[in-house]
Amino acid sequence: MIVKRDKLNFWERLYLPAIIGGFKVTLRHFFKKKITMQYPEEKWVVPPGYRGAPYLVKDQEDRTKCVSCQLCEFVCPPKAIRITPPGPAGSPEAGNVEKAPKEFEINMLRCIFCGFCQEVCPEEAIFLMQDYSLTGTSRKEMIYNKEKLLALGGVHQDKIQKWKQKADEAKEQGVKP
Amino acid sequence: MSATPTTETKPAPPAVETIKVKVDGKEIAVPKTMPDPLTGKPVPTTMIQACALATVDVPHYCYHPKLPVVGNCRMCLVEFGTPAMGPDRKPVINPDGTPKIAKSPRPAIACATPISPGMEIYTTTPGVKQMREGVLEFLLINHPLDCPICDQAGECKLQEYSVDYGQATSRFVEEKVHKPKQVDLGPRIVLDDERCILCTRCIRFSKDIAGDDALGIVNRGSYNTLSAYPGKAFDNNYTLNTVDICPVGALTSKDFRFKMRVWFLKETKSVCTSCATGCNIVIGSREEKIYRYEPRENDAVNSCWMCDTGRLNYKWIGSENRLTEVRIGKETTTWTNALKEISGKLANVKAGSVAMVASARQTNEELFLLAKLGKKFNALTDSVPRMQEGDKLLVSADRNPNSNGAKLTGISPAQMGSNLPKIAEGIRNGSIKTLIVFGEDVTKHGIGADLLGKLETLIVSEILPNKTTELAHYILPGCAHAEKRGSFVNGKGRVQRFLKAVEPKGDARPEWEFLHELVYQVTGQNGFASIEGLFNQMAQEVPAFNGVTWAALGDTGVTIQI
Repeated sequence: MIVKRDKLNFWERLYLPAIIGGFKVTLRHFFKKKITMQYPEEKWVVPPGYRGAPYLVKDQEDRTKCVSCQLCEFVCPPKAIRITPPGPAGSPEAGNVEKAPKEFEINMLRCIFCGFCQEVCPEEAIFLMQDYSLTGTSRKEMIYNKEKLLALGGVHQDKIQKWKQKADEAKEQGVKP
Repeated sequence: MSATPTTETKPAPPAVETIKVKVDGKEIAVPKTMPDPLTGKPVPTTMIQACALATVDVPHYCYHPKLPVVGNCRMCLVEFGTPAMGPDRKPVINPDGTPKIAKSPRPAIACATPISPGMEIYTTTPGVKQMREGVLEFLLINHPLDCPICDQAGECKLQEYSVDYGQATSRFVEEKVHKPKQVDLGPRIVLDDERCILCTRCIRFSKDIAGDDALGIVNRGSYNTLSAYPGKAFDNNYTLNTVDICPVGALTSKDFRFKMRVWFLKETKSVCTSCATGCNIVIGSREEKIYRYEPRENDAVNSCWMCDTGRLNYKWIGSENRLTEVRIGKETTTWTNALKEISGKLANVKAGSVAMVASARQTNEELFLLAKLGKKFNALTDSVPRMQEGDKLLVSADRNPNSNGAKLTGISPAQMGSNLPKIAEGIRNGSIKTLIVFGEDVTKHGIGADLLGKLETLIVSEILPNKTTELAHYILPGCAHAEKRGSFVNGKGRVQRFLKAVEPKGDARPEWEFLHELVYQVTGQNGFASIEGLFNQMAQEVPAFNGVTWAALGDTGVTIQI
């Protein structure tokens, strides 16, 4: 398609009126409230429910909540999560939970912050937190391991503590949990 | 059991009287009797079998087609009706000419109720749905719902039927009964009693199939607990089958426990190589690592079972010290170089100065190509026999998976191993100068290191390093059965094919692939560069395989005359 351009008239060909018009807009903004943020000196406060980087959490009793069910690994669309299950010996330190991940890696270069892992987690062990600016100097550095993820994730107050409840119930009934 | 795995082919169905029943409105003719899973004697066909023939799925936990029926889970309850009888003992006819059906006032368990002529089975009525929901709710009352840590998750019948008939929330507000968890039931089994739904499949399997009455249920009511007989270990050679048939996560395998979630596993149809029975298996692998073997149903071979020894015999495939490099002497080289040099050497040998020891663990196709090579040099060939004690159920006395293949292709004499002393003698007196070894450590079978040292050329294809590979002039790294395709002939003459589950390690290549090249370079005979073509060529040239094709083998194989 050919768009026909109208010829500029004399007033338009002068240029100056247009330039003055532009400066007027600029001048107006000098006296308005500033909306630009001085990043990175000034940081944006994320709204609640924001989907930042996924981290692992511990409960108030310092138990790693993840039981290595690998549902997040399965559901993860960009395959950013990689879990190494504990193997036949299980995780003796986990008590009646029997299982905890031997290794838990999230490749933050792959992660698309979709939140499927948090949604699918049956143990409330992984949450998308507020970090949105992850940097590193190598690809390897951007693969966060279990230790790092737990340190970043912190503590999640678990109101139910279902595994503890199970163990207590069993003990009450005289069964080894 | 005695009947199923030992029969050579599916017994041709004897002319059994059929009766007509209607399943969900669809009329089908079903045999009046079916063979009993244990004795093989004809017993009346049940409603669940009729539904299976009509391809209507009836949910069930305790029923298993290869086990005796107990009918304790109640999940297969269905509604049914039979033709109404008038006072004159004649069927009542509706005005439209169809027989009037008197619907039974009560439901019946489909697994244990025999069918009768004209019976109508209803599996989709609101009543049936309600019954299934009710039964499932009861089964879940004391279930711990620890799916996140349960190995069965993903292949659990409770999970599957919960999707169909479960409720989102539990109405059970009382405290659940707790039972022992992580019970060490034997060397290969862990029991979680809380998850058990008391279907007794494992008990029936152990008692009736494995012949080891080691399991039972103790205590009463909701305290019912599965347990091994006190002081008796559950350690027969078939224990891991109970893990397969357990519909929930009560029995789990110590070997597979917490290793990988089942939904990640790629399933490849294959054949077990631990003995001449050739149990059909499914290999579960993820990212080139094998995690487990599971039996695959084949009534002509192994029914639904396999032995624990065979099942756990997979770890060597992922071994760290696999041979992964083609070598000339100690030097690493490429396949092209090695095959060129070998064919150059073989082109100049005198007929009769070559001997060949090819394992009966190699596939038919490989043995066929080796036999071609052997014929060219008029070579003395043999395999290594592996006779041990068998058992009554599945384990064969012959521990080679393909002894019959070695015999049929002409690699092994009728008396396997009888040529080995002749080969040793030939090397000793200098008449044999070239030895080709495939998949055996001949130093353990009468051809010692001193004799191997006398050879001019020693060509060895192996998977794992051993004494023979140490002395080899040429090492051609081969593949485990899980890394290639091929076929075996089992002890009863069943030709069964297996497929590739994982990639070979390093430079290793399927033996038939490089043998095909070698045969071409040495004899000039161009064969087929695909396993299908190769098998079909073998089927034409080896009389015993005449008429069989790769495609015709299917998943369960074909029986040939041996």
